[in-house]
Amino acid sequence: MLRNSTFLNLLLLLVVLSCALSVVTSQHRARKLYDELQKQKGIAQQMDVEWGQLQLEQSTLARPARVEKIAIQQLQMQMPKNGQVQFIQGTPDGRVKP
Amino acid sequence: MNHVASAQQKNTAELPRGRAAFLLFVLMMLLAGLNGRSVYLQIMDNDFLQKKGKARYNRVIEVVAHRGVISDRNGEPLAVSTPVESAWASPANVEADSQQIKQLAKILDMDVAEVKQHLSDTEHDFVYLKRQLPPDQAGKVMNLNLSGISLQREYRRYYPAAEEAAQMLGFTGQDDNGQEGLELTLQARLAGKSGSQGVIKDRRGHFVEDAGTFHPPQPGNDIMLSLDRKIQHLAYRELENAVRKNKAHAGAIVVLDARSFEVLGLANYPAYNPNNRSKISSQTMRNRAIADQFEPGSTMKPFTVAIALEQGKVRSETVINTGKGVMMIGNKKIHDSHPEDQLTVAQVIQKSSNIGAAKIALSLKPQTMWQGLTDSGFGAATGSNFPGEASGKLREAKSWMPIEQATMAYGHGISVNLLQLARAYAMLANDGELKKVSLLKLEVPEVGKRVFSDNTTRKLRDMLEMVVLPGGTAPLAQVAGYRVAGKTGTAHKLENGHYINRYIASFVGFAPASNPRLVVAVMIDDPDNGDYYGGLVAAPAFSKVMEAALHALNVPNDAPLDNVSLPAAVVLKEEV
Repeated sequence: MLRNSTFLNLLLLLVVLSCALSVVTSQHRARKLYDELQKQKGIAQQMDVEWGQLQLEQSTLARPARVEKIAIQQLQMQMPKNGQVQFIQGTPDGRVKP
Repeated sequence: MNHVASAQQKNTAELPRGRAAFLLFVLMMLLAGLNGRSVYLQIMDNDFLQKKGKARYNRVIEVVAHRGVISDRNGEPLAVSTPVESAWASPANVEADSQQIKQLAKILDMDVAEVKQHLSDTEHDFVYLKRQLPPDQAGKVMNLNLSGISLQREYRRYYPAAEEAAQMLGFTGQDDNGQEGLELTLQARLAGKSGSQGVIKDRRGHFVEDAGTFHPPQPGNDIMLSLDRKIQHLAYRELENAVRKNKAHAGAIVVLDARSFEVLGLANYPAYNPNNRSKISSQTMRNRAIADQFEPGSTMKPFTVAIALEQGKVRSETVINTGKGVMMIGNKKIHDSHPEDQLTVAQVIQKSSNIGAAKIALSLKPQTMWQGLTDSGFGAATGSNFPGEASGKLREAKSWMPIEQATMAYGHGISVNLLQLARAYAMLANDGELKKVSLLKLEVPEVGKRVFSDNTTRKLRDMLEMVVLPGGTAPLAQVAGYRVAGKTGTAHKLENGHYINRYIASFVGFAPASNPRLVVAVMIDDPDNGDYYGGLVAAPAFSKVMEAALHALNVPNDAPLDNVSLPAAVVLKEEV
């Protein structure tokens, strides 16, 4: 009877100890993961910023004034003269008629 | 003996009983005091120490929210905030030799002496070295790894459309708050609200755990304007050409959707570059199309005629006796530059006859005319909510003298802003329904207020179409492939209450006349290159913008492509 209760106490002690240790390790792991999360959030923010900058760059490069200048000066393009333009009207079945 | 000796020894070593007890008592009291204090600190008053402890590892970090993007109606960005770094120093903590300071100055593109001066300012803990650095410069500063010099993140706003929409968008200050234009009007919606987050920090400065409350940041709302970037560009380009070609003081242009009353383009010249505001002045900053009022001249005539048509006083083919180009009202004389004996009402518009318009106006009661002009949106704000909008001036009918009623018929003694004028023409184009002007993209069309009947506005559109035909005042406003309707205006400028021989030339019109889609209003202030008539100065810009904008919006032709009379017919000059 007495031996039984000692055994039980020892067992419970072991359980308590292992619980305590696992609390420590999971706390540690949680902190590590949190650190990682922060890093990823930082990267996400960085990408957000970069996206904004790329958007800005694209819109600066695609400025109508710039496109117009390159089209006329470098590519020797010109606006179609009247009569060279035809309006095409689409029909619901996808075909077009001039 | 031994016993005695030891007893004697014991006697000499023994302290008096009272002293020992006293010492013990004092020591015990001190111990009790210490225990009491520690119990007090640990259990009763533990807040203070816990607070101190938390301060070692708890931090509240700011979670930044950025300002919303302003884009055009198709989502093309017009104003974007992007983070930049500002270099700052804590002069007392700076450890750098002169070689390093030289390097720093070189990266920052500053004078070595200037940098040294900043760094010697040890009275302050925080001194900006240079604000808003481009990312590569900021990186180089970090690579120097100087103690006491750090970077701070700030937001800077960029405007990809540069000059083209400068006065419309306005700009923000250093702290990214709107200061001018739409940035100011829309400040409450654009501005973000920073949030905060409590965290636990370890000794190396890493955040290890969320702690405490999280207030999520509220980023600013993105806003879509009614502007179309392509049309905005066209408008600015042609306005610039017109102002330069005519050596004018300034100019403004408005492109309005004739159905929804959304502003598709609104430009002013001269302008400034909002990305580099070193050459900014109050002259270039003002949004003339909205904030300036001027006497419109003959562009007012269609409204006088519309009121008379609506009242049944005249019909388009009613003949008016224009008295060979001279008319007396009291002791004032009114002229026409092309003396005619008789003109129909339609010809009064086509040839821009002042006498004809005055006679039609005088057939109306002042109150009726005032009501008609007020209902057409004159003398009141357009609904754009732009800061500093001029509402124009339309005096109460009670105070009108006959001569004033007559001159008002052809746009003198009344002042308007260009957006008001464009809006009133859009009303004529929109079968007589007047709506609020919108600078923001509308998802649902607004319901307007009927001012004139279908019948009246249809008649008026026919008259306005005659203006651009040979024999009218604006053949240069014609557009190949589209029927155009519009009206010229040329008015003396007012200076200190007197008319001077300087002019404001304008043209307002819409197309395609069979089913109007766009209204374009052009105003050129003080053309100084010989010509000053609206039909010569403003009409060509109108024609170019209208043609390109109709093409950009894929509006089908409503006229044969050879409808433009070439060579350009003689432009009939109007009396001013």
